[in-house]
Amino acid sequence: MTTLTTLPAAAAGAPAVRRRSPLSWAREHILLVVTVAIFVFMLLPNAVVLWMSFNQPVGKFNYVWNHFSTAAWANPCANPGMCHSIGLSLQIGAVATVVATVLGTMIAFAMVRHRFKARSGINALLFLPMAAPEVVMGATLAAMFFNTVGPGGLGFWTITIAHVMFCVSYVVVTVKARLAGMDPTLERAAQDLYATPFQTFMKVTLPLVAPGIAAAALLSFALSVDDYIITVFTAGNLETFPMYIWGSVQRAYPAQIDVIGSMMLLGTMAVIALSTVLGRVRAARR
Amino acid sequence: MTAVADPAAATAQRPPVADHKPRRNLTPWILLLPGLLWLTVFFLLPILTSVSASVQTGNYDDGFKLTWHWANYGHAISDYGTQYWHSGLYSTLTTVLCLALGYPVAYFIAFKGGKWKSLLMALVIVPSFTSFLIRTIAWETILADQGPVVHVLRSAHILGLTDALGWTTGSHVINTPAAVVCGMVYNFLPFTILPLYTSLEKIDPRLLEAGSDLYCSTFTTWRRITLPLSMPGVVGGTLLTFIPAVGDYINAQLLGNPNTGVVGQKIEDLFLRQTSGYPVGSAISVVMMVGTLVLVMSYIRKAGTEDLL
Repeated sequence: MTTLTTLPAAAAGAPAVRRRSPLSWAREHILLVVTVAIFVFMLLPNAVVLWMSFNQPVGKFNYVWNHFSTAAWANPCANPGMCHSIGLSLQIGAVATVVATVLGTMIAFAMVRHRFKARSGINALLFLPMAAPEVVMGATLAAMFFNTVGPGGLGFWTITIAHVMFCVSYVVVTVKARLAGMDPTLERAAQDLYATPFQTFMKVTLPLVAPGIAAAALLSFALSVDDYIITVFTAGNLETFPMYIWGSVQRAYPAQIDVIGSMMLLGTMAVIALSTVLGRVRAARR
Repeated sequence: MTAVADPAAATAQRPPVADHKPRRNLTPWILLLPGLLWLTVFFLLPILTSVSASVQTGNYDDGFKLTWHWANYGHAISDYGTQYWHSGLYSTLTTVLCLALGYPVAYFIAFKGGKWKSLLMALVIVPSFTSFLIRTIAWETILADQGPVVHVLRSAHILGLTDALGWTTGSHVINTPAAVVCGMVYNFLPFTILPLYTSLEKIDPRLLEAGSDLYCSTFTTWRRITLPLSMPGVVGGTLLTFIPAVGDYINAQLLGNPNTGVVGQKIEDLFLRQTSGYPVGSAISVVMMVGTLVLVMSYIRKAGTEDLL
C-alpha cells in the first residue's frame, strides 16, 4: 500500500499516479513468494502421485523412485479387487449423488424462496453434518445400524444412506449460493408474460440454477467416492476404493493406485478446462 | 473434499422476494420434508442411539443389551488419555498452522489475484477431487529418508532440533508426529482458505486505500481494517478445520507410528475389530462430541460471530 506518496502528488495537481516505495514493493513480493511456496506445498503430492505412477517399484510398496516404466498405465486393473472396488465406489457415488442432489436442491429452494419459522434451527441442522467429526458420524451411524439391521445387515444400502446424509448439506450450500445470486425479476417477468408457475420454473428458473445444481452434484459425487471414515463404519464386508487403498498400506501399494490417482486429477482438470472453454464460447456468442 | 463449505456464503442470501403474500403456504414444508427427514433419521437419531449404545453391554455373538452400564464412560475417559491429548494437540496445531498458511494465500488471491482469481481458487480446490488417501500416502514419498526434503532439513540442522523436541526421531520425518501434523495441515488447508477467501473477497479495497491515505502502515491497515472484517472467515475456517481435525485419524494412521495414536483410531478399533467394544466406542464418541461442542461454543462466544449459521 502507499504511505506518503499520494498526498504530495495530489497537492501538486499532478494526475494521481501512485508510486510505490521499494519497501512496500518488497512486501508485496514477500506475499507473492509465500503464496507460491504454499501452492507448491498444496500441489506437490499431486505431482508426486503423477510422477510415481510411472515408477517400476522395487518390492511391494511404490514409495521410492526406482526407474521409469509405463507398465502400471498399460494395465491399471492388474491387481485383483482394485477395479472391482472402484466400480462399487462409482455405483454408490452415482446413487448417493442423485438422491442428495434432489433432496438438497429442494431444501435450497425452500430456504431461499420462502419465509417460515424454524429457519435458524434448520440452518443449524444443515451446518452440523459439515462440521461434525466424521468418525463421530460414522460411529453413531454404526451404533444405530447395529441396533436395527445388525452388523450383518451392513452393505451397499447402509453406505449409500450414510453418503446421502453427509452430501445433502453441501448440495444445499452450493445451490443456495446460486439461487441467492439470481435476479428475481426474471421470474416475475415470465409471470407477467402469462407463464404458469410450472412453465416459469422449467423455462426460467431451472436453466438459471442448473450450473449450481451441476456443481452440487459433482461435489456430492466427489465426496462420496472419496469418503473413507464414514464408509468403513457402514460397509460391513464390502470394500470401496478408499477402503482398498487403506488396505494396500498394509499389504502392498502398487503403482496402479497412483495411476488411478493421476487419472482422477487429469479427469478433473479436463472437466474444468472444458467448462471454462464452453463458458467462453457461450459468452462470445452473446 | 469440500469445495463450497463456507458458512459465510450461506448467510449471504438475499431476503426472499417481497411479493409473496403472507398466506399459509405449505410449499416450503413439502420441499423441506424429505431432506430434513433424512437428516433427522440418519444424523440426529444415530446420535441418540449411540448415547443409548454407550450404556449397553454384550458382544456381537449374543447381541447387546441396554444395561445402563455407566462404567463404559469410566473406561472411555480414563483409558485413552494419551489419545485425547494427541487428538487435541495435533488438531490445535493444525488449525493454527492452517490459519497462518491459509491467510496469506486467501489474502493474495482476494486482493492481488486479478484475472487469475478463479484459476487460483481452482488450484486450491482441484486437488481435492483426487483421492485424499492417495495424496496423503504421497507424503510417504516426499518425506522419505533419502528424499530431498529430509536432506535439506538435515543439512540445515533442523532435524536435530525437532528430534530434541520429540517431533521427529533419529532424523527421520516419516512416521513421526511431525509427519502427522504436516499431513493434517496439508489435508485441511483448503477448508481454511475457502471461508477466509469468501470473507476477504467481500471487503471493499477502497477501505484499505482509505487506511493507507490516513497514514496507516500496511500492517496497521491489516490489523485495524482487514482482520476485523475477515473475522467471519477466520471463525468459519477455524471451525471447518478444527472440528474435522479432532476426529481425523487418517494422517495419524498413515503418516504416524504406534506412539501417535489418536481417538479416532481407538473408536474404529473398538467398533470394527473388537467383539464387545462398541459400547465403549460409543461412549468415547459421546465424550468427544460433548467435548468438541463445549470447545466450539465457547470459541464462538469469544470470537463473537453468532450469526455464523
